[in-house]
Amino acid sequence: MTSADLVALWISCQLAILTTLLLLLLCTPLAWWLAQQDSRARVIIDALVSLPLVLPPTVLGFYLLILMGPAGWLGRVLHALHLPSPAFSFSGLVIGSMLYSLPFVVQPLRDAFQAIGRRALEVAATLRASPMDRFFSIAVPLASRGAITAAVLCFAHTMGEFGVVLMIGGNIPGRTQTASIAIFNHAESLDYGAAHRLSAILLAICLLLLLIVYSINRRLRPAGTPV
Amino acid sequence: MSLALRVALRRADFSLDVNCELRASGVTAIFGRSGGGKTTLLRCIAGLERVGHAHIRFNDRVWQDGSQFVPTHRRSVGYVFQESSLFAHLDVRGNLEFALRRVPEEQRRVRLDEAIAWLGIQGLLRHRSTQLSGGERQRVAIARALLSSPQLLLLDEPLSSLDEASKSQLLAQLEHLRDQLSIPMIYVSHALGEVMRLADQLLLLEAGRVQALGPLQQILTRTDLPLHHELDAGTVIDAIIEEHDPAYHLSYVATSGGRLTVAMQSLPVGRHVRVRIDARDVSLALQPAVGTSISNILAARVLELSADRDPAQMLVKLEVGSDAVLARVTRRSVAQLGIVPGCSLYAQIKSVALMEP
Repeated sequence: MTSADLVALWISCQLAILTTLLLLLLCTPLAWWLAQQDSRARVIIDALVSLPLVLPPTVLGFYLLILMGPAGWLGRVLHALHLPSPAFSFSGLVIGSMLYSLPFVVQPLRDAFQAIGRRALEVAATLRASPMDRFFSIAVPLASRGAITAAVLCFAHTMGEFGVVLMIGGNIPGRTQTASIAIFNHAESLDYGAAHRLSAILLAICLLLLLIVYSINRRLRPAGTPV
Repeated sequence: MSLALRVALRRADFSLDVNCELRASGVTAIFGRSGGGKTTLLRCIAGLERVGHAHIRFNDRVWQDGSQFVPTHRRSVGYVFQESSLFAHLDVRGNLEFALRRVPEEQRRVRLDEAIAWLGIQGLLRHRSTQLSGGERQRVAIARALLSSPQLLLLDEPLSSLDEASKSQLLAQLEHLRDQLSIPMIYVSHALGEVMRLADQLLLLEAGRVQALGPLQQILTRTDLPLHHELDAGTVIDAIIEEHDPAYHLSYVATSGGRLTVAMQSLPVGRHVRVRIDARDVSLALQPAVGTSISNILAARVLELSADRDPAQMLVKLEVGSDAVLARVTRRSVAQLGIVPGCSLYAQIKSVALMEP
């Protein structure tokens, strides 16, 4: 394996780790809020959050690129603040990945919070726990299985991302070229051996992560509760 | 110590309209049929349910009035739910410590080891809730509620999902807590037997309205309430263990109306107990019977007569000493003996149950 391949793999890993951490941090309050809601607002937010599941990654990447470009409002705001544009940079990849993997984090977290039900939180309230206390001492630990699922799915999904990173990142070796794009390049140039090696590594990583998710789910599930 | 309640709630399938003041000491039972609003009322007291029109005041602290609403975690109420409510991610000790840790040291009125001993859960501390039986879970839940050092303990049918053996064990423990602790309790139930054993004060809630409220015996012997249509209608009277008779395996208890004989008890002489006398176990005679196997015969005066659900029977309310006792006798006996309010006669009590373990 060439050093360029290793760099691409490392960029993928960095991207996946950063995206996962940021999304967990940002989506936990959102998922908690969604789990408590039963309003029209929830329907709209649920639909928006799920959009990246069905949207072609190229569409998402295209709009992001427009947004971050010199004519887009994000690009203009950043320019006015003398900040570099995220287009064709690693930070752009992170933004794109976060949007693309959003449903993979929000949905398991929301479902886990919802599964806790009202009772445990009511009990905690009668034991003098404030709302914040209840969130950290009851909701978070009881939803930990959902959080692990969310983290692993997000990581694996970001590792395998192609369309969005290609649109936003622009395939710059050493900066925005991820493993999945490197595989595409190898295949393009008919270097099937190199494509094979990198593909096998990604396949192994993703399979391993999914094995972890499902074994955790099996172990943490209380006896007698449905999957 | 008092709990003032004014709650008005209207929903599609049910309404609640309560305006009363409860004595916040001892055990107040809220009794009534399922769906009558008992649990909703209890949830309003705890602040778990927020009803638009409500005024709730505990002693001198207003918990709800108009737009003012003190959230549950600032009300210092303990709440024992009907079904298991232990935190699944903590073991029994973790559940107990959850409550204890949230009470400032100087406000703690119950120690961890005390609560564990009272409820007999020493052996369960390392268990998770899935490893416990229903009765064990409720015992842990009660210990946990006590450890939050509540000023008011709310119990929502805590025994209803338990088997008979666990029920009677937990009832005995609740009795013990009632006598040992000065924490007022509100006990929701639709089992008259539990109410008779535990309550000092009784609130009858029927279809969301207060039907009666007062001291237990007074409400139990009111003949205008549908309570008497219950098959096990009767009353409880206070008594003191006076003497044991090992030869016949009997004990004697003193009541305001005289001495009663009960099955031998392992309780010390001088101990205050409650005896339960069911209306169907009381018969009436104009003279004290001689040559009868019934050993409990007390002088009584008729207070009032009322119809029973069964057209062949009547309920006779008697004054026995300073207590009131009900007798269920046939309409024919009432006519033949010439029983009218004010007449003196003898109550023959076939069975007296001591309400102690």
